[in-house]
Amino acid sequence: MSDASKSNALRADLRADKRKRRRARADMRFKWYGLTALGLAMLFLVFFFVDIISKGLPAFQQAEILVQVSYSESVKSNYNRAVDKRYRKLISRSWLRTIPMQLEEHPDMIGTTAEQWVLADYRVDQFLKGHEGHKLKKKYQKLVRQLQEEGKVRLAFNSGFFSNGDSKLPENAGILASAVGSVLVLLLTMLFAVPVGVMTAIYLEEFAPDNRFTQLIEVNINNLAAIPSILYGLLGLAIFINFMGVPRSSALAGGLTLALMTLPIIIIATRAALRAVPESIREAAYGLGASSLQTVWHHVLPLAMPGILTGSIIGLAQAMGETAPLLIVGMMAYIPEAPHSILAATTVLPAQVYTWSGESIRAFEERTAAGIMVLLAVLLSLNALAIRLRNRSEQTW
Amino acid sequence: MATDMKNKLTIRGLKLWYGDFEALHGIDLDILAGKVTAFIGPSGCGKSTFLRCLNRMNDRIAGCRVEGDVLLEGNDIYAPDVDVVQLRTHIGMVFQKPNPFPKSIYENIAYAPRIHGMVQDGPDMDELVETALRKASIWDEVKDKLQQPGTALSGGQQQRLCIARTIAVQPDVILMDEPCSALDPIATAKIEELMDELKQEYTIVIVTHNMQQAARASDYTAYFYLGDLIEYGETSQIFTAPSNQRTEDYITGRFG
Amino acid sequence: MTASTVFLWFFGGLIPLAAMAFWLARGKALGEAAAGKRLHSLPSFHGWYAVVWLAVPAIGSAVLFSLLHLLHIVDVPGPMLLATAFALGSAGLWLALRHIHAGFRARQAVEKVMRGMLFIAATISVLTTIGIVLSVIFESVRFFQVISFWDFITGTKWQPDTAFLIGAGRDTEGVAPPLFGSVPIFAGTFMITAIAMAVAVPVGLFAAIYMSEYASHSARNKLKPMLEILAGIPTVVYGFFAAITISPLIVQIAHAFGLEAAYTNALAPGLIMGVMIIPFVSSLSDDVIKAVPQSLRDGSLALGTTKAETIRHIVLPAAMPGIVSAFLLAISRAIGETMIVVMAAGLRPNLTMNPLEGMTTVTVKIVEALTGDQEFDSAFTLAAFALGLVLLIITLILNIVSTVVVRKFKQRYE
Repeated sequence: MSDASKSNALRADLRADKRKRRRARADMRFKWYGLTALGLAMLFLVFFFVDIISKGLPAFQQAEILVQVSYSESVKSNYNRAVDKRYRKLISRSWLRTIPMQLEEHPDMIGTTAEQWVLADYRVDQFLKGHEGHKLKKKYQKLVRQLQEEGKVRLAFNSGFFSNGDSKLPENAGILASAVGSVLVLLLTMLFAVPVGVMTAIYLEEFAPDNRFTQLIEVNINNLAAIPSILYGLLGLAIFINFMGVPRSSALAGGLTLALMTLPIIIIATRAALRAVPESIREAAYGLGASSLQTVWHHVLPLAMPGILTGSIIGLAQAMGETAPLLIVGMMAYIPEAPHSILAATTVLPAQVYTWSGESIRAFEERTAAGIMVLLAVLLSLNALAIRLRNRSEQTW
Repeated sequence: MATDMKNKLTIRGLKLWYGDFEALHGIDLDILAGKVTAFIGPSGCGKSTFLRCLNRMNDRIAGCRVEGDVLLEGNDIYAPDVDVVQLRTHIGMVFQKPNPFPKSIYENIAYAPRIHGMVQDGPDMDELVETALRKASIWDEVKDKLQQPGTALSGGQQQRLCIARTIAVQPDVILMDEPCSALDPIATAKIEELMDELKQEYTIVIVTHNMQQAARASDYTAYFYLGDLIEYGETSQIFTAPSNQRTEDYITGRFG
Repeated sequence: MTASTVFLWFFGGLIPLAAMAFWLARGKALGEAAAGKRLHSLPSFHGWYAVVWLAVPAIGSAVLFSLLHLLHIVDVPGPMLLATAFALGSAGLWLALRHIHAGFRARQAVEKVMRGMLFIAATISVLTTIGIVLSVIFESVRFFQVISFWDFITGTKWQPDTAFLIGAGRDTEGVAPPLFGSVPIFAGTFMITAIAMAVAVPVGLFAAIYMSEYASHSARNKLKPMLEILAGIPTVVYGFFAAITISPLIVQIAHAFGLEAAYTNALAPGLIMGVMIIPFVSSLSDDVIKAVPQSLRDGSLALGTTKAETIRHIVLPAAMPGIVSAFLLAISRAIGETMIVVMAAGLRPNLTMNPLEGMTTVTVKIVEALTGDQEFDSAFTLAAFALGLVLLIITLILNIVSTVVVRKFKQRYE
């Protein structure tokens, strides 16, 4: 073969021929598989959020009706007399029920009448929002349409959703009791899990001798992190409730159970944060004659603090969204009022979402979705906070 | 120019940037077919970077940009219609640290020929594997344990396995990036011996920081300093009578 | 006196006492210093020393009495508990104050106690495990006293409806005996887990490959948190979504194909659970793929192979042990997942291969048994603990195997 023809053959070989093109296509395809996988995940996220928001958004508005209310003496014994019989079925019983109490408190109102916006029945609400299955009777549908033309029906911001506890009447059901319950439970969780978790991590990273027992603790913490959350519920039920006598459904029972569940997360995050503190800092402190505890307390812990905080927030967020173990310790009770003690029956936001989702009245569906929106908003901000904290702490050294 | 002194690779005005940093400042170099060419120079002089330009391994590094011509027998390897994957079957590479795949010795060799569709599995493949291992002078040591993992071999054997793997693709040029830096003297001697045999069939370019190795094993030597090619010529001339003062300082150990 | 009032009185008394102990001891140490002697430890360490001597006997005795009460050995009345605890605490304080002098090594003493406290904190995690294991085993043993272990493991019928009669001590003649065959429950669990893995494995693995091999650094930093949102969504929310949105969708789609699907079909919870596990699979796989040395990729590319060929033939086989262990962890996640199946899967145990039919899982049965109005002692509620025991064993085995595999993998490339 002459040099020229050899060079030509080489030139041809360097160009793409059929086989090479096939391999190049296979290469592209592989990349596309990855992009498709990511695309699917993103698509799901979009679909999910659009679905939840479109379901939940209507719940932030609630139907109200403008009616003549007469606060006569007889209303005290029969609240139904406060409004015109024609409209009675359109008005929420939960509002009517409060009239006698109002009159007890303000006797000067007796004998007055007032035209005011009052909470409408959930069927009216669902009918106005155009939801199927509103179950409003034909004759009332007509009435509502008529009132609408007169401007006596409106959809107003649903403040009751944030100021009421649970209720069997959808129009009166709100998240206040469960939100307070969540705060209470999480406070207890953090109060227990953060100190114990941080102390465990300090012991393992800074003091523990390398022996069998230490290894046992380490293996054990890894396994704890993998145990399904529902088993923590079984633990809470058997140990805290049945053995130690903590009241069922109480914030204390829930908080302790979640604390044990959060413990491994905090321990693992804190250990990573402690390990990231350079050894030279410890040596410098020891060199000045500080004791090991003083070294940890004055130098290592402050430097590890952002990492510990991040871990604690992530643990907190996880505990906040957790439901299964709380169901087992009885925190799915019907709680219309915010709890006043850590031993009183309490519910939490995710458990409230769970109980609402099981209600047969369709009007609860939008409340469930709205509750989910609130829960997700809190959780996503907590996680965003954790990520920002982590990024900031990574920049410092 | 006589046919036996034909250029395999012709490099003209090659510049390379990592982001804003210019790492190579316009290199002109002819690499002759069937010879061993050594690149020497102090650390960070750009000799490894330059070597990796010759089979476009630098394409993988984000922010790396190349300007100038690299011609393989007159064909520009940076031309837009050149398939970089195919290019590397013509210009193979052996790395600083032996990097056998975590597969059997047999599979280490058979992997690339199978992907390139050179031969079918079966007796043809067995023959190809044996030829490659023989050419890399490692056949006698591994012929009884072809199914054992390549990672179980000693460092020197691993490096010869990597050379065999490269040979199996039947390249024109073999680039070696400090192939002996992780090996002991005996293993190094074996690889040098091997290079001497291989240059019958292949053009070899080797980067080394070991002056004696360049003097022993290469026909031509190029001395790089701070991204420039300072001097290039026959090894015997470079090591006995360098024309450039900086080359002399370096090879006599006054710096570097 | 109720437990909570005793509790309040105890800490209401202990905290002012501790403050007093601190000031007394610190004052004494400062007095020594004022007299011109050089203190070995800082004055506040003397203060803390006294606090320790006060608190340890007081809390110790209170805990001891509480334990005796909980185990029904001795029932000590509240006032007596408080009196004893405070008396012991005061005695401790008195002893501590006598120790304090200039040369006393208060710092060493306090630090010893602090280390002890750290150690006790570390043992709590071990106690938690022991607690879980004991509580599950203890009740399971009671269950297996009534129901044979063999019937539980191999039985194919789960009909516990008459179990409460046994619990109530009622005559059970003429009533069909309760059946606790767990096979259909585990079959349902594995079916839903398999569906979840069928979603999570390909999507998670390919997402990981893309992020570690193809995506630029900045794209990766944006994609990763996006994926992690999926893991941050509470399971109760996924459950709602599966039950309200996905299940009806599946029923409609199945109908369009002329198939009959139940609203409690296994497909909806399985698919959603798979989505939930995606970030779990992808981040673990991403870690191991990144751990494969760059030199292997270079070696393969230098032989003239494409990127995809390098990934398929070199990178993935090298990372395989780590990827497998990621799958194992994902499986254990799916098996133990509760809320999605409680809300979207069925209650009726159903031994079938058809994912469009309703079926139930271990976790559903545990929740069902423990949230009803059943007596705690009935075989029906105890069955929850037996199921929990099996769940615990499966997850522990999966976790241990995957930990061992990953450790071996990491060692290979270090």
